[in-house]
Amino acid sequence: MYVAVKGGEKAIENAHRLLADRRRGDQSIPELTLDQISGQLALAVDRVMSEGSLYDRELAALAIKQARGDLIEAIFLVRAYRTTLPRFGYSEPVDTSEMKLERRISATYKDLPGGQMLGPTFDYTHRLLDPGLAMGTVPQEPEQSHETTVKAMRVSDILAQEGLIESDGEASSREPADITRTPMEFPLERETRLQALSRGDEGFLLALGYSTQRGYARNHPFVGEVRIGEVEVSFHAPELGGSVIIGRVQVTECQMVNQFKGSAKAPPQFTRGYGLVFGQSERKAMSMALCDRALRAGELGEDRVAPAQDEEFVISHSDNVQATGFVEHLKLPHYVDFQAELGLVRKMRADHTASSQPNTDLEAAE
Amino acid sequence: MMDTAENQIAEDRRTRMALLSQASPKVFAKQWQQLGIDPEFEILRGPETGLVSLKGRIGGGGAPFPFGDATATRVSVRLVDNRVGHAMMLGRDTNRVTIAAVIDALCQNADDRKKIDSELLAPLEASILERDATRSAQTAATRVDFFTMVRGED
Repeated sequence: MYVAVKGGEKAIENAHRLLADRRRGDQSIPELTLDQISGQLALAVDRVMSEGSLYDRELAALAIKQARGDLIEAIFLVRAYRTTLPRFGYSEPVDTSEMKLERRISATYKDLPGGQMLGPTFDYTHRLLDPGLAMGTVPQEPEQSHETTVKAMRVSDILAQEGLIESDGEASSREPADITRTPMEFPLERETRLQALSRGDEGFLLALGYSTQRGYARNHPFVGEVRIGEVEVSFHAPELGGSVIIGRVQVTECQMVNQFKGSAKAPPQFTRGYGLVFGQSERKAMSMALCDRALRAGELGEDRVAPAQDEEFVISHSDNVQATGFVEHLKLPHYVDFQAELGLVRKMRADHTASSQPNTDLEAAE
Repeated sequence: MMDTAENQIAEDRRTRMALLSQASPKVFAKQWQQLGIDPEFEILRGPETGLVSLKGRIGGGGAPFPFGDATATRVSVRLVDNRVGHAMMLGRDTNRVTIAAVIDALCQNADDRKKIDSELLAPLEASILERDATRSAQTAATRVDFFTMVRGED
């Protein structure tokens, strides 16, 4: 029960003043700029954009600064800001096959067209803290290669040539439900699940993806492909003469390839899980793809036995703004609820004592 | 049905917006300043910042689904000689979008369009291509060359 309580205005005001001071920290040290956050904490910015579901580097950097680096708080700020903006409409679907690649790897084919390009990755680093960075260093100019190569085709298209993998599926004519416009109703379409997963909490999806690897809904995943880069965004604006490119966004796409033993309807073949998220967010895109595949259990006629296959469980708990809201509300005043419970427990104890009292007397008498 | 001339106008408009929206804001501002055109104009609509819901496709080529929003800003302007221009770009930089709309309006006149094409859009296109080429070459340098370890026993 919530009962409105007044009071504490002065305390709240002073607490927020204190917060502003602590956020700034030692004022003899230069203040962080948004450009510094956006440029040097770029992957934090990417996570806030992805889970805040708003592509805007500057706003995400501001949110991180305001939240003192608490990324879920920053995501909350971005989500709140989103709600103040009018909605212009949907973009045309982005074409990830035309991505300006900054990274592209496959764990299934060594020599695939376009090659394996590592890009700016943490992979193969030794995970040793670098004291040089603490001192401030000027990095070497990146190496460049001007060898021409063929276009990097999708790995799924290579497997598709042999008919060994399911297709992308048909685009249906109906508009999928949009969770930002209408409340979710289970069961969900795969499109709607993907929308929820794309903004879902990285840690939650990572843990669920991990659970599928450890045997809770095992589906033998391979990273068919991970690609990171910029894609063009087109928007239909009649005043501009139709569909027009209005900018680019950086995205990470993951095609997870999974074994499938076949069913009455389909021969044995590889199936796929799909991940698409803002920015350079490889762990998130992979986790999303693992969860997407696990959640297709019903569609593929697999037994639903594990948490990662339970759509209502996964999607209802993947949003960290909702989760933190409900968990953190517990610290708000619940004085009246607690008083009621306190009264109840006292009464129950009294009843308990009263009902056990005669027995004790009886025992004593015996 | 639009006739060919109208089609051409629409096509030019889309090409312009694609270039202006993908150019680095700093390069855009610098090139615009160098152009030395600064016509008087009035705002017809906006500038308005809102959300564009971005769609992807399942598996890259399947059914579309929205995967998040992006901020976008749009504006319409009218020059004193009644030429009207529109612009829309990702982000919240109203100044940049307004300049783009002014450029769009200017381009409704053939002479201005010629000047803008050669002195603004051409250099902007070159700078976009150069930036993309540099990044692409940097990525290409991280391409893995596999070699097989020859094991003995022959």
